[in-house]
Amino acid sequence: MPKLPTLKIPDAVVPPPLRKPPKPGSQGVPKGDAPSDLKTGAPPAKTHGDRVLDQAKEAPADVLAWVDTRMGGSGFLTGMLYRKVPKGTNWFYTLGSATLFAFIVQAVTGVFLAMFYTPSATQAYASISHINNEVPLGALVHGMHKWGASVMVILIFLHMGRTFFFGAYKYPRELNWVIGVVLLILTMTMAFTGYLLPFDQRSFWASIVGININGTGPVVGPYLSDFLRAGPELGATTLARFYAIHMLLVPGAIIALIGAHMYLVVKLGTTAPPWTKAERPKVAAPVAQLDAGVEGNGASPNGGSRA
Amino acid sequence: MADDANKVNGANEPPQQRVKPDPPGYFEGESMTRRHAFTIAAQGLGGLAGAAIILPAVGFAVAPIFHRGKERWEVVGPTGDFVEDTYRQIVFTETEGIGDAGKTTAYVRKGSKLYDEDPNSFVAVSNRCAHLGCPVRFVEAAGNFICPCHGGVYDFEGKRIGGPPVRPLDQFQTRVKNGQVEIGPRYSVTNQMDPVRARDPGEFTGGIWEYLYPPRPSTFPPP
Repeated sequence: MPKLPTLKIPDAVVPPPLRKPPKPGSQGVPKGDAPSDLKTGAPPAKTHGDRVLDQAKEAPADVLAWVDTRMGGSGFLTGMLYRKVPKGTNWFYTLGSATLFAFIVQAVTGVFLAMFYTPSATQAYASISHINNEVPLGALVHGMHKWGASVMVILIFLHMGRTFFFGAYKYPRELNWVIGVVLLILTMTMAFTGYLLPFDQRSFWASIVGININGTGPVVGPYLSDFLRAGPELGATTLARFYAIHMLLVPGAIIALIGAHMYLVVKLGTTAPPWTKAERPKVAAPVAQLDAGVEGNGASPNGGSRA
Repeated sequence: MADDANKVNGANEPPQQRVKPDPPGYFEGESMTRRHAFTIAAQGLGGLAGAAIILPAVGFAVAPIFHRGKERWEVVGPTGDFVEDTYRQIVFTETEGIGDAGKTTAYVRKGSKLYDEDPNSFVAVSNRCAHLGCPVRFVEAAGNFICPCHGGVYDFEGKRIGGPPVRPLDQFQTRVKNGQVEIGPRYSVTNQMDPVRARDPGEFTGGIWEYLYPPRPSTFPPP
């Protein structure tokens, strides 16, 4: 593919502070000579206004420095944000961040939905229709939460597929795969418990079917479904229980495990896509190695050991 | 402290054969070091404090499994309302306090000699499908119960004749009081229509299944 020409923005359009500074020595100063602005004497005296402006410009950096002196997180942040990623990193690698973003959307919209929702069997449906029909933008926030749930489930599966097909679950990242599977289960738990909360016909019967599927596990199944329902029948405490699991228990676990997940991603680094070739050192290999296992020509050392 | 131990040991032995306590740091006759003892004590106390918080909370969440509610009986109509060759649909409250969501449907008829039943008794068949709990309905023309979700079909008695259900339809206990039919707690039946304690939909009954899907303490004993 031919290289596309880079677009050159004329200097006149760019305001002076954003202009690329000239290379040293490019402005008629002979090589080896210091640039002209270094040769001049003391800089012009600053006015009071200039000094205040300078201080204002430095203020954010000063505040950060104040915090960093006491907390010392800059080294960690620099290491995390400027870490190296392998060659060939592509858009598939954004699926994890996309899942995280979907989770953040769920968390934020969920907080605001909780301000209007009533987890009571007799009032839940009315509070949801109040959100959808009367609260300004309520239908939008509820819709974001409802459809965002599906988006999160889809994204987490795509992310899992990417990890699987790129072989990114292999040593030393097995633990991160295990944490990811737990996160998948927790996400499904969120989807299951959240489905009951509107307490309409669909969610009521879907939860009954879901709980009964849980009950078909041998020996422990009947007790598990009693635990989920808080009794032998789906009742008022079932809704309260699902609500507590949905907004208190599981989100905390998900946040904690996302922390562990991302710590391991930063610590271990990401994998290169399976189709990238390992870089060979640029020194000549011994002739004996080149010949071993290579048919005919010794010019392709990469294919040598695979034959 | 190691030196003290050595002195005591060394009193009876030649100095060159003085035995060093092994492992180091123990007083003579001790089975553990002071540090080890304190570590165990601190961990034990921490565990105790943690258990004091966790156990009541977990017990609180798990308690409903072992709790059986009050037995409810609801009058559904005079005995004359029910015949033996077809069902009458009755909606009654199974769980109190949650309005319509706590109601369930039973199909009630008089006992029939055709099925070896006492003609003075009444049969109340639950509309809860034995597959996954969807509501079945009685189709008069076919004489069958049919489930809308996954196509389960039951005959007039409630026995499975098609689809995915694993056992016959549940029933409710019935009794006659002052000429009125009353409906009571739910129970399940085996494929031979023997009553057993209520099971959730999807769970087999009878034979080895009585152990694989054990009866729950929250259900009532069968009649």
